[in-house]
Amino acid sequence: MILVDRHSLQRNTRWAFSGLLLVSAALASPLARAQATSMANTKSDSVAAGNVERGKKLFVTNGCYQCHGYAAQGGVGPKLGPDPLPYSFVQQYVRHPTGTMPPYTEKVIGDHDLLDIYAFLKSLPQPPKAKDVPLLRP
Amino acid sequence: MAKARKPNVDRREFLKTATAGAAAVVGAPLATRAGEARPRDGGVSSLRNASAPVPRIPKDAPPADSANVEVLTVDHPGSDFMVDAFKAIGFEYLCSNPGNSFRSLHESFINYGNNKDPEFITCCHEEAAVGMAHGYFKIEGKPLLVLLHGTVGVQHAAMAIYDAYCDRVPLVAVLGNFANAATRASFVNWTHAAQDPVALIRDFVKWDDQPVTLQDFAESAMRAYKVAMTPPTMPVALVADSDLQQRALPDSAKLQIPKVTVPEPPQGDTGSVAETARLLVAAENPVIVADRAARTPAGLARIIELAEVLQAPVVDRNGRMNFPTRHPLNQTERSRQTLSSADVILGLELTDFFGVVHGYEGEVETRAQSIIKPDAKLISINSNDLFLKSNYQDFERYQAVDVAMAADAEATLPSLIEAVKMQVNDDRKRAFQDRGAKLAAAHQQAPEQDREAACAGWDASPISTARLSAELWEQIKGEDWSLVTNCQFVSHWPLRLWSFDKHYQYIGAEGGYGVGYNAPASIGAALANRKYGRLTVSIQNDGDFMFSPGVLWTAAHHKIPILIIMHNNRAYHQEVMEVQRMANQHQRGITRAGIGTTLVDPTIDYSKLAQSMGVYAQGPVSDPKDLAAAIQQAIAVVKRGEPALVDVLTQPR
Repeated sequence: MILVDRHSLQRNTRWAFSGLLLVSAALASPLARAQATSMANTKSDSVAAGNVERGKKLFVTNGCYQCHGYAAQGGVGPKLGPDPLPYSFVQQYVRHPTGTMPPYTEKVIGDHDLLDIYAFLKSLPQPPKAKDVPLLRP
Repeated sequence: MAKARKPNVDRREFLKTATAGAAAVVGAPLATRAGEARPRDGGVSSLRNASAPVPRIPKDAPPADSANVEVLTVDHPGSDFMVDAFKAIGFEYLCSNPGNSFRSLHESFINYGNNKDPEFITCCHEEAAVGMAHGYFKIEGKPLLVLLHGTVGVQHAAMAIYDAYCDRVPLVAVLGNFANAATRASFVNWTHAAQDPVALIRDFVKWDDQPVTLQDFAESAMRAYKVAMTPPTMPVALVADSDLQQRALPDSAKLQIPKVTVPEPPQGDTGSVAETARLLVAAENPVIVADRAARTPAGLARIIELAEVLQAPVVDRNGRMNFPTRHPLNQTERSRQTLSSADVILGLELTDFFGVVHGYEGEVETRAQSIIKPDAKLISINSNDLFLKSNYQDFERYQAVDVAMAADAEATLPSLIEAVKMQVNDDRKRAFQDRGAKLAAAHQQAPEQDREAACAGWDASPISTARLSAELWEQIKGEDWSLVTNCQFVSHWPLRLWSFDKHYQYIGAEGGYGVGYNAPASIGAALANRKYGRLTVSIQNDGDFMFSPGVLWTAAHHKIPILIIMHNNRAYHQEVMEVQRMANQHQRGITRAGIGTTLVDPTIDYSKLAQSMGVYAQGPVSDPKDLAAAIQQAIAVVKRGEPALVDVLTQPR
């Protein structure tokens, strides 16, 4: 979750995006993506076991929606789902965020809850493409 | 006490005696009335007592004699002259919540002044009165008059005056006061009197005065307007003493109203302009950053011209409408990359130059980190350097620059553009064209990315702010529209999805980030837009709205057309996030950030609230498929010349 003070909202919105873009960029190389995928797959059983409904509730009660929206569509913070980054990266980032996101240590949100939230993010439906949305055609 | 007349008197004598007797009774100090103690309120309540007895003629009432009859009327009070002075300046409206410290001035405006130029706009709170003046100026370019009751009215208005001060918006605040202790007729007048009524707001007004005579008042009013309108433009305050208002005009032939002449805005010196032009022309990657640069439509045109001559990218900080959003040189959405590669950065009326060239990191302790090249040259043109106050820290962190012009950016641009043109040769022109082509290609990416990003949560309920903005754009894009609220609380979606190219289409934000600005400022802006037939659109935050909901009544009463879309996320959402951050830092109670920050249980029905004040309203709309019809119906009302509100349940940002 990414917080900004009112004064710096405009510039820090871009910071927040930059933070996760850096992570995304790090995954851009084929080797990095392969490594990330491999790490995710080693926990695939745990990830698959996450409870979507519980994760949806936790996403709200733990305040994730405040920056990322109820549908994880983004807002002050970036879009989180569907197709979230590999769980290991999400876990690492949530515990030790860069940019303007505050930390969620294990004391406040345990791994089990985080897995449920992750399952919720994975369950989100794919959004339409802009070319298929009449209101968004240039 | 005079003797009573004999019972058998003719009618004329009876009437004369009755008049004298009544005057003697009404004019007598309350303490002298037999059997009555002086009321604690100085007799105010007894004056309003409907069952008070008819005054009796005392037995010893003096005979009718003009020398003994108290004068009860004033045909031409001093406040009439004050109105003449304000009319000479040319205010179109005055905004006010009534107060007895300026009752004579109020009456003079509406009767002697015929309630025209200025017309009295009735506000339900002084904060709203000032907020309306704030929004009005940013459309019309002319300040409004605001009448404030001494002490308590000024206290109410203070935050709004601070917002206008920070936002460099001029207005003329007239404060009523009861300077003379001997003529304060009630305990109320004592609590509404001050030795120095402006003291409370002096730190955030540019100039103030307490005129002693009417001639003094006229000259002071002219100076007040001149000071307010000279960049950096800011609020000013003038005290109108109650006695000065109410006493009869002295020999009016001796009173004169001088003309007011506002100086031309100060321009940058020729040397600095020449050096700036040299740096910009020679730069490989110059960047123009504009904040409150375009004071008028001319400013917008000049920034476009400068950018096009140089083929330089422009980053718009959105303090005003500085640059068209669809212009190929607009690189606002790529500001970080653009600034980090710049070798010359020109800042035009930047509120926070330091913040432009630095980012912040750190959770518990914040650290600033430069985002630009160490050898980048920085140039500042800023009228704020001409006038600063110390106490309130709105001037932001100090930023060292290479060229500093204490001048108005808009006024300096013509000479800068000419200086640039004189220095551009064919080689530079070719380089500029190459640069422009690359910038145009880069600019195309942002709208495409924005459209894809808008699809996330497209059908969600609560409704995404992207969906809301897209639906709204579909309904207004064919109109002569004006968005009068800032976009940061809807993730800037209007700026990302719509096409802005006119000065009145965006007017920036609060200035001082005082919550409660949007609602009255948008009504004030709508008032300015009204005569041009523009469709004024406000995306109104719910938390901000609740500070001054009475502005809806003002809009209905004065028939100010405006389309208000309530961004109803049921929270003071910024503060939800701030408290959440603290809970995260402290590693506790992260599920409790909604305590003290949310507007739930019960939720507020803005539709009913608006209807109660005579405003057409519908909602809450929670299904995005219902938005189009709701907005269309509301626009039909606005086109009839009335305000309309659509309450929309929205995502947080």
